[in-house]
Amino acid sequence: MSQKQEDENPVEETGEEKQDTQEKEGILPERAEEAKLKAKYPSLGQKPGGSDFLMKRLQKGQKYFDSGDYNMAKAKMKNKQLPSAGPDKNLVTGDHIPTPQDLPQRKSSLVTSKLAGGQLE
Amino acid sequence: MARSRRRRLPRGGNDFQWCFSQVKGAVDEDVAEADIISTVEFNYSGDLLATGDKGGRVVIFQREQENKSRPHSRGEYNVYSTFQSHEPEFDYLKSLEIEEKINKIRWLPQQNAAHFLLSTNDKTIKLWKISERDKRAEGYNLKDEDGRLRDPFRITALRVPILKPMDLMVEASPRRIFANAHTYHINSISVNSDHETYLSADDLRINLWHLEITDRSFNIVDIKPANMEELTEVITAAEFHPHQCNVFVYSSSKGTIRLCDMRSSALCDRHSKFFEEPEDPSSRSFFSEIISSISDVKFSHSGRYMMTRDYLSVKVWDLNMENRPVETHQVHEYLRSKLCSLYENDCIFDKFECCWNGSDSAIMTGSYNNFFRMFDRNTRRDVTLEASRENSKPRASLKPRKVCTGGKRKKDEISVDSLDFNKKILHTAWHPMENIIAVAATNNLYIFQDKIN
Repeated sequence: MSQKQEDENPVEETGEEKQDTQEKEGILPERAEEAKLKAKYPSLGQKPGGSDFLMKRLQKGQKYFDSGDYNMAKAKMKNKQLPSAGPDKNLVTGDHIPTPQDLPQRKSSLVTSKLAGGQLE
Repeated sequence: MARSRRRRLPRGGNDFQWCFSQVKGAVDEDVAEADIISTVEFNYSGDLLATGDKGGRVVIFQREQENKSRPHSRGEYNVYSTFQSHEPEFDYLKSLEIEEKINKIRWLPQQNAAHFLLSTNDKTIKLWKISERDKRAEGYNLKDEDGRLRDPFRITALRVPILKPMDLMVEASPRRIFANAHTYHINSISVNSDHETYLSADDLRINLWHLEITDRSFNIVDIKPANMEELTEVITAAEFHPHQCNVFVYSSSKGTIRLCDMRSSALCDRHSKFFEEPEDPSSRSFFSEIISSISDVKFSHSGRYMMTRDYLSVKVWDLNMENRPVETHQVHEYLRSKLCSLYENDCIFDKFECCWNGSDSAIMTGSYNNFFRMFDRNTRRDVTLEASRENSKPRASLKPRKVCTGGKRKKDEISVDSLDFNKKILHTAWHPMENIIAVAATNNLYIFQDKIN
């Protein structure tokens, strides 16, 4: 698909001929890879470096625990039995009442680093 | 010609002959997440080598003094100190988990007997003091040798406590904690040549600190757009110039570098120089911007050049020329035809670092399959080496490795499809004066030395 496009745009013969050729050879694999990706994920956006991608990067580490949700759900469920955590323990939102056990453990590393223990030559 | 035992400057221009020296860390196949090394840094003299890991721990190695009775241990690095620098935190207000992973360690130049370093995770920077204690006082009046308080009525005579030697104890204590200045994740810290200030950079902002002051920090770069929908690039790395205390650079996810001069204005949103290599628009693809994102920027020791690392190459820039780099070195060009799968397994977002040797004649960076690459700028020769326990006999020479891209694979070559993309070498460091390198391979730290060293 994309390779055909490349053949229709002839390389300009300039002094930097060799560099151009190398770049052309670099284009083909990249475009081929792009075609492969688009074939797998047709809904992939046109702007790869766009704000969606960057926003995701900025939001690394987001975990969802809302104390308001927690208390509201607790009040609603006062007399009923608390539902146990679903298969996806990491996602705790809304009516589900999270317990400390649901949240992934964040123990600090009290064990000494293995780099510091034992002389391995 | 008599060869001096300790060279002051490394040889430039000749081929290095790298030999295995040491490897630190566990041998198990099962690597605990916390043991993954996340930063490696020599101090200014090269006598100390610090590592930080995902578990928030710092381990410092010290080079052994040359010892006539144990000649083979000349120049070996052994554990000097280890401590827990950062702990995991949870910001309840923003529902944010703050990892304890040490993103960067930077040493301060030594000013007295103690050593100081800055270590940072995503949100907080800490100044650590590492000091030695080799004496202790004995003969206190009010307490026994084992610490028990003596009954004051039983004390009939006074004595002067005397200092007695003790086994060396190395203590690390946090002297300053620089917190709450970054909304986004800190990717860089850099100590200024004035030895008084340092900068910390996150995705959108750069702050300037004074080492003595923790409750105040100056924002010197802010690229956050008024409307976050308009966000097009983030800051990926920043560094102070090695000699000019008013100059720093920062790189972006779009492959550009901005040099700023703090004398021109308090807020350096307007750069003094803008470095960008022009792109051939016809070669643009979905991956172009992602692979052009700069993962590391390092000034040369001379201060005349800077080096940037993007996904497939390392570029050397002359600070006096903004429109293109003076050198481009391909790290693993054969990956260009694998970008689709590298995007799917997220490897395309791996952040490789790069470093200069002491004389700026060579540069080094990591790759996959525990390979790392070295480029000699004078001879224009490059080599691929591997950090592996299979090649870990003391003083064994490292054999150059080769990746085969075409159909016919020669003996000793490895094909692109056989590369292990989980074995990434993201962090490497080069001794500031000698040809000694430290290479972090996941949870192991390898130290290699040049044969002539």
